[in-house]
Amino acid sequence: MGQAAIELIGINKSFGAVHANRDINLEIPRGTIHGIVGENGAGKSTLMSILYGFYQADSGEIRVNGQPTTIRTSNDAIAAGIGMVHQHFMLVENFSVLENIILGAEGEALLKKSIAKARSELDRLEREYGLEVDPDAIIEELPVGIQQRVEILKALYRGAEILILDEPTGVLTPAEADHLFRILKQLKEQGKTIVLITHKLREIMAITDNVSVMRQGTMVATRQTKQTTVEELAELMVGRRVLLRVEKGAANPGGVKLAVNNLVVRDQRGVTMVDDVSFEVRAGEIVGIAGVAGNGQSELIEAISGIRRAVSGTVLLDGKPIDVTGTADPGELRDRGLAHVPEDRHHVGLVLAFEENENSILGYHDDVRYLKGFLLDVDAIRNDAKSKIDGYDIRPPDCRLRTANFSGGNQQKIVLAREMEQDPGVLIVGQPTRGVDVGAIEFIHKRLIAMRDQGKAVLLISVELDEIRSLSDRIVVMFAGRIVGERGPEASEGELGLLMAGVEQLEAAE
Amino acid sequence: MDIFNAVIQTLDSTLRLSVPLLLACLAGLYSERSGIFDIGLEGKMLVGAFAGAAAASVFHSAFIGLGMAILISIAFAMIHGFASITHRGNQIVSGVAINFIAAGSTVILGQAWFHQGGRTPALSEGERFSSITLPGANAVKDVPVIGQLYSELLSGHSLIAYIAFAMVPITWWVLYRTRFGLRLRAVGENPAAVDTAGISVTWLRYRALLCTGVLTGLAGAYLSMTQNGGFVKDMTAGKGYIALAALIFAKWKPVNAMFACLLFGFLDALAIRLQGTPLPIIGKVPVQFMQALPYILTVVLLAGFIGKAIPPRAGGVPYVKER
Amino acid sequence: MSTPYAKLPAWADYGLIPLINLLVAFLVAGFVVLLVGENPLRAAAILVEGAFGRGQGIAFTLYYATTFIFTGLSVAVAVHCGLFNIGTEGQAYIAGLGVALVCLTFDATLPWWLTFPLAILAAAAFGAFWALIPAYLQAKRGSHIVITTIMFNFIAASIMVYLLVGVLKPAGSMAPQTRIFLEGAQLPKLNWIIELFGARVRSAPLNISFLLALVMAFLTWVLIWRTRLGYEIRTYGFSPKAARYAGISETRIIVITMMISGALGGMMALNPTMGDQHNVAIDFVAGAGFVGIAVALMGRSHPLGVVLAAILFGMLYQGGAELAFEMPAISRDMIVIIQGLVILFAGALEHMFRPSIQALFASFSPRSVGMAPAKGKGA
Repeated sequence: MGQAAIELIGINKSFGAVHANRDINLEIPRGTIHGIVGENGAGKSTLMSILYGFYQADSGEIRVNGQPTTIRTSNDAIAAGIGMVHQHFMLVENFSVLENIILGAEGEALLKKSIAKARSELDRLEREYGLEVDPDAIIEELPVGIQQRVEILKALYRGAEILILDEPTGVLTPAEADHLFRILKQLKEQGKTIVLITHKLREIMAITDNVSVMRQGTMVATRQTKQTTVEELAELMVGRRVLLRVEKGAANPGGVKLAVNNLVVRDQRGVTMVDDVSFEVRAGEIVGIAGVAGNGQSELIEAISGIRRAVSGTVLLDGKPIDVTGTADPGELRDRGLAHVPEDRHHVGLVLAFEENENSILGYHDDVRYLKGFLLDVDAIRNDAKSKIDGYDIRPPDCRLRTANFSGGNQQKIVLAREMEQDPGVLIVGQPTRGVDVGAIEFIHKRLIAMRDQGKAVLLISVELDEIRSLSDRIVVMFAGRIVGERGPEASEGELGLLMAGVEQLEAAE
Repeated sequence: MDIFNAVIQTLDSTLRLSVPLLLACLAGLYSERSGIFDIGLEGKMLVGAFAGAAAASVFHSAFIGLGMAILISIAFAMIHGFASITHRGNQIVSGVAINFIAAGSTVILGQAWFHQGGRTPALSEGERFSSITLPGANAVKDVPVIGQLYSELLSGHSLIAYIAFAMVPITWWVLYRTRFGLRLRAVGENPAAVDTAGISVTWLRYRALLCTGVLTGLAGAYLSMTQNGGFVKDMTAGKGYIALAALIFAKWKPVNAMFACLLFGFLDALAIRLQGTPLPIIGKVPVQFMQALPYILTVVLLAGFIGKAIPPRAGGVPYVKER
Repeated sequence: MSTPYAKLPAWADYGLIPLINLLVAFLVAGFVVLLVGENPLRAAAILVEGAFGRGQGIAFTLYYATTFIFTGLSVAVAVHCGLFNIGTEGQAYIAGLGVALVCLTFDATLPWWLTFPLAILAAAAFGAFWALIPAYLQAKRGSHIVITTIMFNFIAASIMVYLLVGVLKPAGSMAPQTRIFLEGAQLPKLNWIIELFGARVRSAPLNISFLLALVMAFLTWVLIWRTRLGYEIRTYGFSPKAARYAGISETRIIVITMMISGALGGMMALNPTMGDQHNVAIDFVAGAGFVGIAVALMGRSHPLGVVLAAILFGMLYQGGAELAFEMPAISRDMIVIIQGLVILFAGALEHMFRPSIQALFASFSPRSVGMAPAKGKGA
C-alpha cells in the first residue's frame, strides 16, 4: 500500500451542543475504494463536508497526499484534487451536460474555447472510464443515473484524484447502481481514490477495499473489507447501546384497525418511494416499521394520514376505505379517529411561532369543544392546554409561552398530548423521540405502551432500532420502498440490521 | 401615401417608446436571471433620469449627465443588493422601498436645487442627446419605401436608442457566450451548484445588479435627456412595471425581450395615434384599454393560459449556505 | 420562518426594534433635509406642530390616518397568511366604483345612514372582487401574487380612468370625476369630538369613517386572533406544511384571506369620497395603498400597531403639508421618502440591527435572550 491519499488527524466539529465529529482519525490509502458506514446522524456527512470545505473543523488536521492542507472553501478542495458527488446533485437542471461540467472551471472569460476543450476532454473521459453521456443533453431530461454520471464527470474534469460519493445509490435503481460500481472500479484501476459514504452494507461488501465505521460522531473501527463480515459491521454500526427497555406486558391484539393493501407512493420527482406495501395493525398492538431513513417510511405514513397522495392501493380504517389516491384529508381522518404524530415536529407538527395552547389544538381547531360559534373559545383552549400540560408534565407549565421556547422533548410532548388525548382508535407516530432528552424518552415510551394497553392500534416509525425493538409487538422492515421482512420483537439487532441494509440472502434463505 | 406615412410614423414612435422599456427590461433580466427579483426598476430609472438631467444641466454636458445617471442608478441597485443579498431581506419589500425613495428624493432634491417645482432646467442642445442622422440618410430620403424607411424610421434616433438595441445581441452574447453569463444563468437556477463549484454567489449577484444599475441608468437618461428635454416629476409613469411585465412576457430571454418591448411600445404608440379615431369593424377602442393591454396580456401569460412563464428557479429566495 | 431568530423579550421585539428602525429611517430623512439646506430639527418641530398643534391639524391627521388604517389592515391581513398584497392600491380604486354606484343611485332618496352601510358593502365587495382573481391565480396556477397584483393596479387605473372620463362623468363637465353627491351620500364630520377637548376646528374632512376604521381594526384583531378562520390563516402563514397536516385547504385560505384583504382596502374608498370630496375623482387613492405597506410593516401587522402607524403616517401627511408651507424647499414628497425609508429599514433591512441588539442583551443578561446552544444540523 502506497502513501495515504487522505489523512484526517483529530478532527472535531460541533454544532452548538451537538458534537457531530469527535476526534476523528482516518487514513485512506491511495488507489483504493474506502467505505464509510454508519447510521443516520453518525457524522459521516459532516466529516465529508469538512473535507470538501463546506464546514471548517473546530480542530484537527487534514493531509492530502501527505501534505498538510487547509481547506476553507470548495475551491481549496478542488485545488487539492478532491471532488465530491453530493447526495442531492449540484447540477443546474436546465443547462446542458457540457455547461454543467465547465461551470466554475471555464478557464477563460469566453466560453467558446472552454466548451470545445470540455467536449474533447469529455470524449476522452468517456472512453477511459466508460462514462457515456450526451454532452448536449439537458440535465432535467436525463435519468437520475446519468445525472449522477455528470456529477462524476464534473469532478474528473476538474482533475479530481480523490472522489467522495455521498450515498450515491440512494436514488438509483439496482441496475444503475451496478453500472455505477463498474465505473468506480474502473476509476480505481486508473489510480483514483474513492470514498464511498453509505449505510448499505451490501454495497460496502461488494466494492470496497477498506471500510470505516462511524457511530455517534466517533470513528469506531476500520477494517479490511475482506476480513470483515456484514454481521460484524452491522454490530459496529449499531453498537451495544444501553437498551431503554420498557416494562410491558404481552400484547393482546384485537380486530384489524388499519389495513394497508398494495400501496404505491411516489415523491415529487416521480420516484417510487413506497412500492406495493401491504400490512395491517390490530387494536392493542404496536407495529414498528424499521428502516434506514429514506426508504419510504415517511412517504408511507404521509399517504396513510392524508398529507400525500398515493398513486394506487387501498387503506382501510376500521374496515372502511380511506381515499388515499383521491380526496383523503387529514381533517376528515382525524374525525374518523386517526391521529398522527408527524416526524418533523418543527415544520409540520407544530407552528413554532404559536403560543403553546394554540398548538395544542392544531388540526382539531374545528372541534366544537374549542369553538363558540365562529369564535375560538380561548378559555376552553387554554384550560384544555393546561390540563395537558399537567397530564404530560410539559415544562415550563405555561400555555401562553411561544412554542419555540420549549425544549425538544417538551415540544414533542405537546404534540403527543394533543394527538393522544383525542382518544383516537389508531395512532401513527413518526420518530417519537428524535431530538428528545432521555427523561422524556422514557415518558413517551410509557405513554405509547399505555395507548396500546387501552386497545389502540399504534403504528410506529423510527430510525432508532432500539426504540422499534423495545416498543413493537411486531416489526416490519422497509428497504427501498418495499417491505423486506416481518419479525417478532425478539429478533436480534443483527438480524434486523441485515434486513435494513437490504441484504437479501437472509430473506432468500427463509 | 398617407397611410404609408402614418405607418412609418407609428413605427417610429413605437421605436422611441420601446427604448426605455427595452433598457429597463434588459436591466431586470440581469437581476432576475441571477435570482434577485427587482420590482425597483421604476425607481432606478427615475433616479437615473433625474441625476442625468440634473448633472447635464449643471455641467453642460450630455455625457457627464449620462455618467451621473448610471452612477446614481448603480448606487440604488447596490442598496437593493445590500438589503436582499447581504442581509437576505425580502426582495419585493426592498424594491418597493427603492421606488418610494426614488419618487420622493428626485422631487425634493430637484426643487431644492433648481426651484422649478421638481423639474430640472430645460436642457439645451449640447446637454441632451440629439438625434443622430445615419450616414446617407439624407441622400436616400426621396427613394420611395426603402429610402424612407431608412431615413425616417431607422435614422434619426439618439445614441442611447442605438445602444438599447445593440444591447439585445450583446446581452444575448454575454448570457450565452461568456463565463459570466454562464454563471449568471446558473446562480439564478441553482445557487448551491454555483457555490459548490467554488464561485461566490454573493459577488456574482452583486455584479448582476451592477449591470442592472447601468441599464436602468441608461433608460432614465433616455427619458430625461432624449425623449424629454429635462426631468419631470414621476416621469417614468409606470414604465418600470411595464418593463417587468415585458420581462415575464419574454420569459427572461433577451431577444424575446426586444419583441415584447416593441409590442408594448407599439400598443402605446397605437393608443396615442388612435385617440378618438374609430377603427373599422371594432369601432372606437378606448385608449385606456390599449394602455392596460400589456398588463392584461401579462396576467394571462402568468396564469398559464398562453404558454408558461417559468421564472428562474432560485428567484426571490435569499441564498443560505446549508447542507 | 424556518429559522426562528434567537429570542428577545417581547417588548424589544415589538417595541425596541421597530423604534430603532424608525429612528434610522428618520435619521436618513434628516440627512436629506440637510442636503436640501434646511435644519432637520426645525423641520421636525414644524411637522409635529402642524400635525398636533391645533385642533385643525389633529383633525386632518386623523383624516389621513383613517385612510391608512384601512390600507394598512389590508396589507397586514395578507401578511398573516404569508401573502404580499401590493394590490391594495388597485383594490381601493376599484372599490371607488362601488361607492360611486351606490352613492349616485341612492343619494337623492336615502339618508346618509342608509347609504353608508350600502356603500360599505359595495366598497368591500368591489375591493374583494379585485383581489379575488390574483388570489385564485396564485392558489390554482401558481402565478406570483406580487406580480399579478401590480398588474391589477394598472388595470384598475385604466378602468377607472375610462369610466371617469366616460360614463361616470356628468354631461358637460370637463373634470374626470362623478357629479357631487347629494346630502344622502355625505358622511357626517367628526370634528366636534376634537372640539369637545376645547380645540377649534375650522373645517376638516375628519368623518365618521374614522370610527369605521377603528371598528375594522378591532374586528381584524378578532378575526386574526379569535376566530377559527384567523387561526387557519396564521397557521398557513407561518407554515404551509403544518397547515396541510392540520387539514387546512390551501386554495380556500388564500382566496378568503385575499378577499378580506381586498375588502379592507376597498373600504378606504369611503373616506376621501363620501367623507371629504363628495365625489369619486380620478386618482383619489393617491398612493394610499402603498402607504399601507409601510403602515403594516411598521405596525408589525398587528391591528393596534397598524392604527398607531397609520396615525404616525397621518401626522407625516398633515405635518408635511404644513412643512411644505413653512419650508418651500421641502414639499410633501418628503413624506414619500420617509415612507420609502421606513419600508426599507422596517421591512427589507428589519434584521440588520437585530444581531447587535441581541449581543447587547446577551452581554447584560444572557438568560433574557435564552442563549440556549444553537441546534446542530446533524450529520
